[in-house]
Amino acid sequence: MNIERASIDAVSGEIVLEVPSEKCTEVKEAFERRGVRVVPLEIPVIRDENECVHCGACISICPTATFRFEDWLLVADSGKCIQCGACVVGCPQRALKLVLK
Amino acid sequence: MDLVVQEKSLSEINERIRDGSARVVTAEEMPDLVQELGPAGAVREVDVVTTGTFGAMCSSGVFLNLGHSDPPIKILRALLNKVEAYGGVAAVDLFLGATQPSQDRGIEYGGAHVIEDLVAGKQIDVEAEGAGTDCYPQMELETALRLDDLNQATMVNPRNAYQRYNAATNSSDRTLHTYMGTLLPRCGNIHYSGAGVLSPLSNDPNLDYIGVGTRIFLAGAKGYVIGSGTQHNPQNNFSTLMVTGDLKKMSTRFLRAATFHKYGPSLYLGIGIPIPVLNETVARNTAVRDRDITVPVVDYGIPRRDRPSLKIVSYEDLKSGLIELNGKETPTSSLSSFHVAREVAKSLAEQIEKGEFLLSQAVEPLSRIGSSRPMKQTKESPNVGDVMSCDVVTVREDIQVEKAAKLIVSGSFDHLPVVSKDGRLMGIITAWDISKAVASGKIAKISEIMTRRVYSAMLDEPIELAARTLDMHSISALPVVDRDNKVIGMITSNHLSRLLARRR
Repeated sequence: MNIERASIDAVSGEIVLEVPSEKCTEVKEAFERRGVRVVPLEIPVIRDENECVHCGACISICPTATFRFEDWLLVADSGKCIQCGACVVGCPQRALKLVLK
Repeated sequence: MDLVVQEKSLSEINERIRDGSARVVTAEEMPDLVQELGPAGAVREVDVVTTGTFGAMCSSGVFLNLGHSDPPIKILRALLNKVEAYGGVAAVDLFLGATQPSQDRGIEYGGAHVIEDLVAGKQIDVEAEGAGTDCYPQMELETALRLDDLNQATMVNPRNAYQRYNAATNSSDRTLHTYMGTLLPRCGNIHYSGAGVLSPLSNDPNLDYIGVGTRIFLAGAKGYVIGSGTQHNPQNNFSTLMVTGDLKKMSTRFLRAATFHKYGPSLYLGIGIPIPVLNETVARNTAVRDRDITVPVVDYGIPRRDRPSLKIVSYEDLKSGLIELNGKETPTSSLSSFHVAREVAKSLAEQIEKGEFLLSQAVEPLSRIGSSRPMKQTKESPNVGDVMSCDVVTVREDIQVEKAAKLIVSGSFDHLPVVSKDGRLMGIITAWDISKAVASGKIAKISEIMTRRVYSAMLDEPIELAARTLDMHSISALPVVDRDNKVIGMITSNHLSRLLARRR
């Protein structure tokens, strides 16, 4: 299990964990039993299908090549996303959002 | 002898459209057909080629007629969802431009968004200030209107459907946010716009068919070419169109508001033009492929009108996703949508096949010669060379901090450019750097405390640009360098404030 990010202040805290997929449910339930709200981050970046016009402005600005075209339709390989946010401001249609931020 | 035989007339083609027998293909399908059948064969087989493009078209807007209030108002100033519309036309006519930002949400919501909301059937808040005349006594007014409530909503776009568009990259060392999207530093990516093979004007490069009055597909409605667009420049294959259409008949499928980060709002529009295959020349022109349409890759890292071109590439190169630039594989991506451009061309083809869209004869040809000259600027703005100081003291990196301190105290700047043996800029040292070194008790050589990433200015750079550099990096002085990066002067915020003070 890897801690990718953690921030804690006086009233709340948040950590991002990388967990092997077979352990996901187990870890999630363990946290939830202790009253922690768990958000699965399988899809770190969300694309609004109604807003996206498949222009592709996100493709070349993503440092990890999350986006690509398949017959000129935009396809996202969300597993690659590191939540840098470059695509969020780079999308002219404001169709992309990061799950956590 | 090579004779151009007009094999079909426009009225024959319209006759076929009316009786449902017209053969229509998209401009993406045409090149292979012409290759297979030859131009003459293609003229026999194909009646109409449909084109399409869908991308940011900033130079767009709508004329709106609100109807008369009681008591009547002559609108001087109007806000639609807090976006200002131009009221300098008759009493209740307004022009709303796509790129106008809103007063409350800034560039995240602008004229384009109001236009999209209207087309989507949403209600728009209207605030108006009146002139107060004997015939129009009302001074202020607030109402909420939908597209249906307006008498007329007519789109009139001064410049749309660029034949092709320069691709963009950025050689500077910071990320730029432009109307060509996010441009990564050190030529980290290339952005492009335009549909290439499907581009309407690239399929009629000599403007043989497209002219004043040509019926077009405009965001789902039937629209018309009014004339050539602003900056129309057919000599250089940068033709543009001025177009009009009824907003009430448009669809959000082909009309979408956008915001370019740190730039502003814009409107994505779908435009398609059907081209009748009247003769072999038309067949050959509509057989254009992505590889035949080339554009320069322009360096937006240079903030001047005449940005240098780094390479000539084709739409085939651009669409491949990778282009070699300065020996490096550079990812490309598009700002316009080829997917929606295809939908435009296909929708238009369907309408023609169903007999719902007839082709029209132009009433006038478009000008074959355009004008896209630079602005005549009558008020001369000084360059860095006109205001800088030449008596700049430079130092070598091996001198002691103490020596540098003495030079600063006896000189006129609190900055010392550090140069190599042959005078090239290597770093900069400020009075603050020296104070810091002294305070920490670390009396060292200049090389240990100097800033190596120096921002500099060029002699022939307008002072506006130098001021922007100072402001953006919160610094107060820039060494001025020549083409060989040799220090020849210094420009400081004092020079600029003096200049401003004298203007008043």
